[in-house]
Amino acid sequence: MVSIAEPIAKPATPLRFILDRREVLGSLFVAPAILYVLLLVGVPFLLALYYSVSAYTIYDPSWRFVGLENFADILENPVFLQTLGNTFVFTFGSQIIGLILGKFGALLLLRPFRGRRIVRALVILPWAVPIALATVAWEWMFDSLYSVINWTLIALGIVTRSEAPNWLGTPHLAMLSVIVVNAWRFFPFAIVIFLAGITAIPQDVLDAATVDGAGFWRRNYQIIVPMILPIVAVGLIFGTVFTFTDLSIVFLMTMGGPVGATSVLGFSGFQTGINSGDVSHGAAISLFMLPVLFVVVVAMLRFIRRREI
Amino acid sequence: MPRATVSKALQETSFYGAVAFFFVLAAFPFYWMVITSFKTNSDLYNVTNIPFWFNDPPTLEHFRYLFENTLFTTWLLNSLIIGLCVTAITLVTALPAAYSLARLTGRNGEALGIGIFLTYLVPPTLLFLPLSRVVAGLGLQNSMWALVVVYPTFTIPFCTWLLMGFFKALPPEIEEAAIVDGCSLFGAFIKMAIPLSLPGILTVVIFTFTLTLQEFVYALTFVSASAQKPITLGVATDLIRGDIFYWGEIMAGALIASIPVAIAYNLFLDRFISGITGGAVK
Repeated sequence: MVSIAEPIAKPATPLRFILDRREVLGSLFVAPAILYVLLLVGVPFLLALYYSVSAYTIYDPSWRFVGLENFADILENPVFLQTLGNTFVFTFGSQIIGLILGKFGALLLLRPFRGRRIVRALVILPWAVPIALATVAWEWMFDSLYSVINWTLIALGIVTRSEAPNWLGTPHLAMLSVIVVNAWRFFPFAIVIFLAGITAIPQDVLDAATVDGAGFWRRNYQIIVPMILPIVAVGLIFGTVFTFTDLSIVFLMTMGGPVGATSVLGFSGFQTGINSGDVSHGAAISLFMLPVLFVVVVAMLRFIRRREI
Repeated sequence: MPRATVSKALQETSFYGAVAFFFVLAAFPFYWMVITSFKTNSDLYNVTNIPFWFNDPPTLEHFRYLFENTLFTTWLLNSLIIGLCVTAITLVTALPAAYSLARLTGRNGEALGIGIFLTYLVPPTLLFLPLSRVVAGLGLQNSMWALVVVYPTFTIPFCTWLLMGFFKALPPEIEEAAIVDGCSLFGAFIKMAIPLSLPGILTVVIFTFTLTLQEFVYALTFVSASAQKPITLGVATDLIRGDIFYWGEIMAGALIASIPVAIAYNLFLDRFISGITGGAVK
């Protein structure tokens, strides 16, 4: 006997009705995520804005509006101006070193060779491992007495033990050290980004260019660079945001010292707002990140939109 | 042609030299972690010893001390609990959100998705002050549960974006067929879309977990009680007595905490990159 399956008409309950409406279900599905982000990113962000124009401290939680007084106080403080300058030096220094290392690393890893997989896996480590843990390893390598770097320099006869550099205790060397650590953490990411960009270029495009008479440099600068630019830009955006707002490397390695030489915005905001409890000034300091973030977000939007064309 | 051979050999040497440079640059700090964590203290703190290798026989003393005399196991457990809870919250919110933005809300979904993703770029150092007030308001100050509440603020945006890509890559015909067969729209999501995007879900689980392990700023801000710290914070800040760093123990702890993250990254790297670049290349 062949029986044709009759579609059983399910009772049209109100729930079923809701679950079948595309717009309704769509809104229900996206609501928890949006609510979470609004409540714990959006609201705190507005709170941060308000703190920066109020007299709020943890000892005197008053919401008294003081206008731009906090910003004026901060800008009058020469230490803050130094912090602002440090933040730019720290960000651009480590991004440039990271990008250069990333480009070279990517070129090396493009070529097949024995052990490439192992090298690639190890080269990713600085970026993968929690930065706080890698930073303490570097702190130990920069130790004032037992530094392995100094030991090597002394063994090679470049310096003597009495004049061995105190990496984290001398202003310029301390800045150099935190930049090196951040560049070290960032360069594997840059390698991966460059690799992703270069391998995404169709070989026939390059072949066509070669046939048309384009040499190595021409291929590099007129085809490869423009084609990988969007992806490199996105990578650079991430690197810039995370470096410009970073706190952990400076906090663990130098505590902003010596005498404020490595203090950056994130660290200064933390010290003022959390350690000293001066929430309003801390918030105002942190908000100096906002213009940079704004530029970055606009750039990001440009690149994300472009891919849809 | 000896000259060509020589120049070829030179080229090869400089290539492998450059590879070796990158290899050492990336791996040396980890080698340093390993060697420090197995050295005896008298070997570590003697400037005349060659630091690159064992001068005394290797020891497990630091690991023993770490597990028996410090809160290391508590931190491990805390990190595990935080990771599991944050992963659960992230999946429950990001899965439907990503599906909705990829499938149900059309053109607006794309814009909303980009909007959510951009919140991933709002840095902790901008939000920690107000969030510490929020955390205090919830009665969670100095508790690891504060981190369970706060970490989804960056895992949800990131994972929604990542999952959106996965759902978009699924052929919509499969769900349409299920709906024709009498499945509700909701049913099609549960019975078709989720099982088919299991690889994506696995990626999200791994990355949520590693993102919670890597986080430092919020943990530092909200948790100061030693017994409530996650592993990264505990190892980096709690193995110091006054001015004395317990380098052997610190490096041993850092090593143990680093290994799972390192493995996870290497396995899921390509998916992470396509997520983070948001398909800036086709």
